[in-house]
Amino acid sequence: MEAFYATSSSFAASGKPHLSFSSSLSSSLPALPRHRLLRRRSPARIPAVRAKIREIIMPTLSSTMTEGKIVSWIKSEGDRLSKGDSVVVVESDKADMDVEIFYDGILAAIVVPEGESAPVGAPIGLLAETDDEIALAKAKAHDFSQSQSSPVSPPPPSPVVDAPAPSSPHVASVQAEGPRKLVSTPHAKKLAKQHRVDISTVVGTGPYGRITPADVEAAAGIQPKTPASVAPSSPPPASKGAGTAASAEKSISGFSATSLPPPIPGSTVVTFTAMQAAVAKNMVGSLSVPTFRVGYPVITNGLDALYEKVKSKGVTMTVLLAKAASLALAQHPVVNACCKDEKNFSYNSSINIAIAVAIDGGLITPVLQDADKLDIYLLSQKWKELVKKARSKQLQPDEYNSGTFTLSNLGMFGVDRFDAILPPGQGAIMAVGASKPTVVPGADGFFTIKNKMMVNVTADHRIIYGADLAAFLQTFSKIIENPDSLTL
Amino acid sequence: MQASLFLSLSSSPAISISYPVNRPFPTGIHPPGLRFRSLRREALGFFAPKPAGSCGFSQFVSPRNVFNNTVAAVRDNGSTAKGFDYDLVIIGAGVGGHGAAMHAVENGLKTAIIEGDVIGGTCVNRGCVPSKALLAVSGRIHELQSEDHLKSMGLQVSNHSYDRQSVADHANNLASKIRSNLTNSLKALGVDILTGVGTIVGTQKVKYGKIGFSDKEVTARNILIATGSVPFVPSGIEVDGKTVFTSDQALKLEWVPEWIAIIGSGYIGLEFSDVYTALGSEVTFVEALDQLIPGFDPEIGKLAQRILINSRKIDFHTGVFAKKITPARDGKPVQIELIDAKTKEPKDTLEVDAALIATGRAPFTKGLGLENININTQRGFIPVDERMQVIDTEGNPVPHLYCIGDANGKMMLAHAASAQGISVIENICGKDTVLNHLSIPAACFTHPEISMVGLTEPLAREKAEKEGFEVRVTKTSFKSNTKALAENEAEGLAKLIYRPDNGEILGVHIIGLHAADLIHEASNAIAMGTRIQDIKFAVHAHPTLSEVLDELFKSAKVSEGVINYEPVAV
Repeated sequence: MEAFYATSSSFAASGKPHLSFSSSLSSSLPALPRHRLLRRRSPARIPAVRAKIREIIMPTLSSTMTEGKIVSWIKSEGDRLSKGDSVVVVESDKADMDVEIFYDGILAAIVVPEGESAPVGAPIGLLAETDDEIALAKAKAHDFSQSQSSPVSPPPPSPVVDAPAPSSPHVASVQAEGPRKLVSTPHAKKLAKQHRVDISTVVGTGPYGRITPADVEAAAGIQPKTPASVAPSSPPPASKGAGTAASAEKSISGFSATSLPPPIPGSTVVTFTAMQAAVAKNMVGSLSVPTFRVGYPVITNGLDALYEKVKSKGVTMTVLLAKAASLALAQHPVVNACCKDEKNFSYNSSINIAIAVAIDGGLITPVLQDADKLDIYLLSQKWKELVKKARSKQLQPDEYNSGTFTLSNLGMFGVDRFDAILPPGQGAIMAVGASKPTVVPGADGFFTIKNKMMVNVTADHRIIYGADLAAFLQTFSKIIENPDSLTL
Repeated sequence: MQASLFLSLSSSPAISISYPVNRPFPTGIHPPGLRFRSLRREALGFFAPKPAGSCGFSQFVSPRNVFNNTVAAVRDNGSTAKGFDYDLVIIGAGVGGHGAAMHAVENGLKTAIIEGDVIGGTCVNRGCVPSKALLAVSGRIHELQSEDHLKSMGLQVSNHSYDRQSVADHANNLASKIRSNLTNSLKALGVDILTGVGTIVGTQKVKYGKIGFSDKEVTARNILIATGSVPFVPSGIEVDGKTVFTSDQALKLEWVPEWIAIIGSGYIGLEFSDVYTALGSEVTFVEALDQLIPGFDPEIGKLAQRILINSRKIDFHTGVFAKKITPARDGKPVQIELIDAKTKEPKDTLEVDAALIATGRAPFTKGLGLENININTQRGFIPVDERMQVIDTEGNPVPHLYCIGDANGKMMLAHAASAQGISVIENICGKDTVLNHLSIPAACFTHPEISMVGLTEPLAREKAEKEGFEVRVTKTSFKSNTKALAENEAEGLAKLIYRPDNGEILGVHIIGLHAADLIHEASNAIAMGTRIQDIKFAVHAHPTLSEVLDELFKSAKVSEGVINYEPVAV
């Protein structure tokens, strides 16, 4: 496959291109698959060239090839080449091949840069015989590239170059340690080459004043969010684990070029996980909904007694509250409605209670569907399955986004009341606090001690009004206080 | 190393002539182990002799002494060896020791295995196994990252991310699982697991226990050293385990540096570059040789560099040594001083967030007590003959002492260690075998994978020059494979190096989708001595990646009736 091929004006004049194979170390030519034998090459076109500057042209690598893509230039501009060196890798419709040069000389100019294509026979680079001709060749290359409207700049620094880079005053000002050498990351160097940015003029904003890919993109006038087509898509910045001194001081390069204030030294930047990103999006989305809150005290002695009875059957308090909410919603369908725009709203046909749970540092809302129709034992069973799935991240979309009403309970932490944010797409969310023994004045004038729980509902005031919510809460309170209906 | 092919075609005398020095036992003397079986087993063995060669593997020479092939597979540990505590004591419970123990029990040897650390050794705990878990993750991320690739198949992925701890847990869980599998299999067979560090105190005598307190002593008819290796850290490099570390720590994935230098671009460095670039790091390779990816066939290496290095966020320095590496501290990053590999002149200083030292592995043979039995290690490696019998300072094989795996340095691969262990057991049981290392495949699990078996092209040509035969090379591209095109993973090359005069396969090298799985058709062919003119008629399911090799074999031209191409004048 390593078909090495190159031609030049004088060479091609013979009309008979010559081929050689890298593996032909023995006296015999290695057998090659027939389609790679490159014998059917048509003679190259011969552009008129001044003496001593030879064109390297796009070779015909297969019988069906009409154009080739430059995979990579093995040599850089200015490199001295010997006859037989591979200079460029060309991708044809069948294979990638190294193209070999047949003359000694200097690679004066690259006409077709990496990643671009050229028709068969078109010049892709220029070979000068001596240093004196390089300028001439460059001028010629300029003509070529202008006709292709693809400017050619002086040779960009190769990523392979390991000579000490010139120190830069910009970098020195970043670090107070006096003049420093210019440090740029591997990807920054590649981007600089690709976008023809002179990296010595770029100001490094990365850790230790190093030049990051974002710095180069900024210098090239590219928005960091739209990486160039040739560049691989920007990977997620590394999440930082066990912090070391080095890792802790780093900022993520993608952010450093923006106008955000610099991170406080010692801070760690962590990219959102998918779950965190989803939560953040929902929370910002909630700002467009006009909400209001109504609180209600609920006496839970009856519910607590019921819970004691059914606990052994696997029924949890969460399920009892969800069931109670669903029964109340059935009597107040407007609280179970949702409003997508300002023109109309819709009553939901089923009552699906989403329940917020914290799992492994994340937040997810598994949904008990048709909570009003199923009994508490079935619901408990379903709930157990949902939690298990949530833990193993196997919830199906309709198992976490089909809720029509959300329940959030922080009572187990001793929270007595709190205020929930209404998730977009739902009419109301109920925040449940802890049930605590409280002195309650009775109707007969005696004080009694009852378990009291504060319930706070946040609702969309475009469709649910104060009276609706108050009525709903009153119903809910009655169900909790006389929980017989829960077991029906 | 002679090919087994040659040996298997030879008769016993020919073998004797081939290896007069290294014969472990003169013909006629019973190798140990089998003489001390219980009567019951002997009787069993008498009525159900194992067919000659049935115990052997393809790459082994068939047994020469049928008399000793007595017992069909015995599924429990052997009975007490008369005069010895054990028939076989293995020092080191890595993959090599484990493979040897399994085969020893199958052959009726009473076996013990000494392990001072964890069962499974490097491969299972700090090597091949956890790295495969990380590479499984990196493969998927690389797929998700190549938008063009996905788009061309009609897929759109808007966002993807990973959780470092979960990735690390995946690797750790896999290692624990494989470790417990190995431990259970040893226990199920009744292999005695002796905990501690083993030291050889004399012929057929091993002490074991905690370092410095190895007070327990066992005697064994045969001792097998399988102590493996540890990461090699050149002098001048300060490993702190946090910012400058070896593969041992890297596999724990405690953090993901933004920019990591990888010292050494062999298969360990290459695999880690695959992982780190997937996780978002930028990578700088430091390679002492002039070419990246040394050890691979040069042509494969060149293509690998294009696919795995040039197209990723990786740069490199070749022909340089990392003379000094200082971990990050006092607010300074990791500092790497580079010097020219030849002139030793200072070249450059790198400042990176982390450095992974992947400069190879050093044998772990200290404390084995080799000085007690007149053995000099060579750079730590234990010298062995081709039957893995240890050679003493005078160059004579030491009776009853064998060494396999990384500790002998013949071929530092887990499956090579295991194969060597099995060949040792075969020899102990009197079935003379020589493992053909040229039939052992090797693989690098990057994306795409690289695999190889046999000789590289330069080595094959060198050998051909010396022995006066012709070498030919043929290649096929994944670009012409239907399945690879369907997967949109058409980058890749398979290369066959062969003798056109007799059709012998000298080497096969593959880079491309699932190359590590594809190599076995070639390695089996080499092990069995299958010639190209035969294997080319084997049928491959269509469309599969295996057709890459099918096409490769079919494109080879074995001499009969083939006109030699005249080389084109250059």
